[in-house]
Amino acid sequence: MAEFDVHINTDLIRSGAMPSPFCAGCGHGILMGTILRAINEMTDANGKPLSMDDFLFVSGIGCAGWIVSPHFNADTMHTTHGRPIAFATGAKLANPKLKVVVISGDGDLSAIGGNHLIHAARRNIDLTVICANNEIYGMTGGQVSPATPETKRTTTTPVGNPDRAFDICKLVEAAGADFVARWSVHQARPLVKSIRKAINHNGFSFIEVMSPCPTHYGRLNALGEPFDLIDDLKKRSVPVQKAENMTAEELDGRIVTGQIKEP
Amino acid sequence: MSDARLMQGNEAAAEGALAAGCRFYAGYPITPSSELMEHMAKRLPELGGAFIQMEDEIGSIAAVIGASWAGAKAMTATSGPGLSLMQENIGYAVMTEAPCVIVNVMRAGPCTGQATKPAAGDVMQVRWGSHGDYQIIALSPWSVQEMFDMSVRAFNLAETYRVPVFLLADEAVAHLREGCVIPASVPVVNRKKEPGKAPFGGEQVPPMPAFGEGEKVLVTGSTHDEWGYRKSADPNIQEQLIRRLSEKITANASAIVETESHWLDDADVLIVAYGIVARSSMKAVKVLREQGVKAGLLRLKTLWPFPEDAVRLAAEGKRLIIVPEMNLGQVALEVERVVRHDVVCVAGVRGEVLRPEPIIEAVNNNG
Repeated sequence: MAEFDVHINTDLIRSGAMPSPFCAGCGHGILMGTILRAINEMTDANGKPLSMDDFLFVSGIGCAGWIVSPHFNADTMHTTHGRPIAFATGAKLANPKLKVVVISGDGDLSAIGGNHLIHAARRNIDLTVICANNEIYGMTGGQVSPATPETKRTTTTPVGNPDRAFDICKLVEAAGADFVARWSVHQARPLVKSIRKAINHNGFSFIEVMSPCPTHYGRLNALGEPFDLIDDLKKRSVPVQKAENMTAEELDGRIVTGQIKEP
Repeated sequence: MSDARLMQGNEAAAEGALAAGCRFYAGYPITPSSELMEHMAKRLPELGGAFIQMEDEIGSIAAVIGASWAGAKAMTATSGPGLSLMQENIGYAVMTEAPCVIVNVMRAGPCTGQATKPAAGDVMQVRWGSHGDYQIIALSPWSVQEMFDMSVRAFNLAETYRVPVFLLADEAVAHLREGCVIPASVPVVNRKKEPGKAPFGGEQVPPMPAFGEGEKVLVTGSTHDEWGYRKSADPNIQEQLIRRLSEKITANASAIVETESHWLDDADVLIVAYGIVARSSMKAVKVLREQGVKAGLLRLKTLWPFPEDAVRLAAEGKRLIIVPEMNLGQVALEVERVVRHDVVCVAGVRGEVLRPEPIIEAVNNNG
């Protein structure tokens, strides 16, 4: 696949912004590269080439807030915790020519910012939201997030998470989103295609990307080395087509990946 | 025949914003400001602007700041409870120097309080509501005409200094209906643009690029250098930034601050008032003059930055200083700070417009 022959060079990354701040083994670096590979040599729905100058990238607070800002060589807006979709909504309405992409974490988008997420989906405003889901609050030291699976340990659930996790894709779909997908960072190639499709989707589009956190989630749950976490994601992932024929019990603890909803 | 039209304060503020070039509004319904939003919902599409009713006030101010960075003149309107929700992102507008106008129509609090009744309890909330050290600008209208005029001025100040500007109205002025003249044109200031220049430093008020102009602008609410790179561990950059954000307002206070003097030349009693209470105070001064008391009024049209020089000058040689206001003494404390001795606060916290009688009584009781 041609996009992986390209080195993500300084045309796409702001000079002086590297090295990235991510921990060893964090999946967010893979996601960063995937988004840039999607945009590199991308065309819009009419076949017109797009450049970084056509985009505005908006992020919230947390580890995922560092994926686009300061790295992406484009207009970037690093906002307050939970609010990137609301900032992006204003920017998009004020300048509809901008391709506006929101990239933030599971805590930012589904806990503190959950209200903005569901209402953006309901409005079907032309934004692309990419949720980097590491199933934990990484930046603040490994606290439980709405996406932490039940029973898993975090620094605020020392004997295991007593609560159920959100299925963020289902939440967004129920709120009215027409374009919903979920991938894991180990599925980088289909993820590149999916990001391009999402950006050219006319209306609200949502992609959840599972991304491992060895520093907190992996360590607190004794999941092993970074590679073991990727392996764990691989094992838990099940394609959406296959999941359709599986029972709820069979799907327990699994991650359904693929294009979940498309108009 | 007068050109004045009968208008409501909230409508006049909306028309002032449009005349100043406002083309984006995001808001959430709240009494007693909702008429402003309803007016914008109708008028903005007529002028090619964008209107959105957001899911809450946090989202409203966020959308306003996003629109401001996308190049639009943008505003929202709210009241105390909504303003409380906006505070974190108002700090973001301060930190990223995003021009925007926030109309805050004050109602009686705390909390839900008296939703439909006037108060002036948010004087300190607009000044200090977000965390950290910063300066904002707040204007205080006393008439429907000033809801229009100060709305225009709020945008011009926001664009000049790249700062959030509050039109700090009270329920009485916002719901008042009286004559308002809308001029054929108003003076309009636009943010400075100098492509290629640093957007966050190099001068007191740096030029401001917009998203989509190819400037690859890096906007963050974290401590940042002049190009927007996060430098949140650098004490020098933090100090430079925090001092510049404040000094760009304090150093220009004389250009920002406006006050109005009535019967002050020979006065030995000074009344300092703002908003609707300045009208009661005018009446009080007239009655006191008829009674032979040499009273005068200093009306604060700007509340923040605080009109220190004007208050100090007006207070010179006065035997008595009275500050009537619809709170328990928020501006009275500021006046005391400036004049360095006690003042008498006439506090009205009943959710009613403070009438002239208690002001007259306070002057007579402190003779």
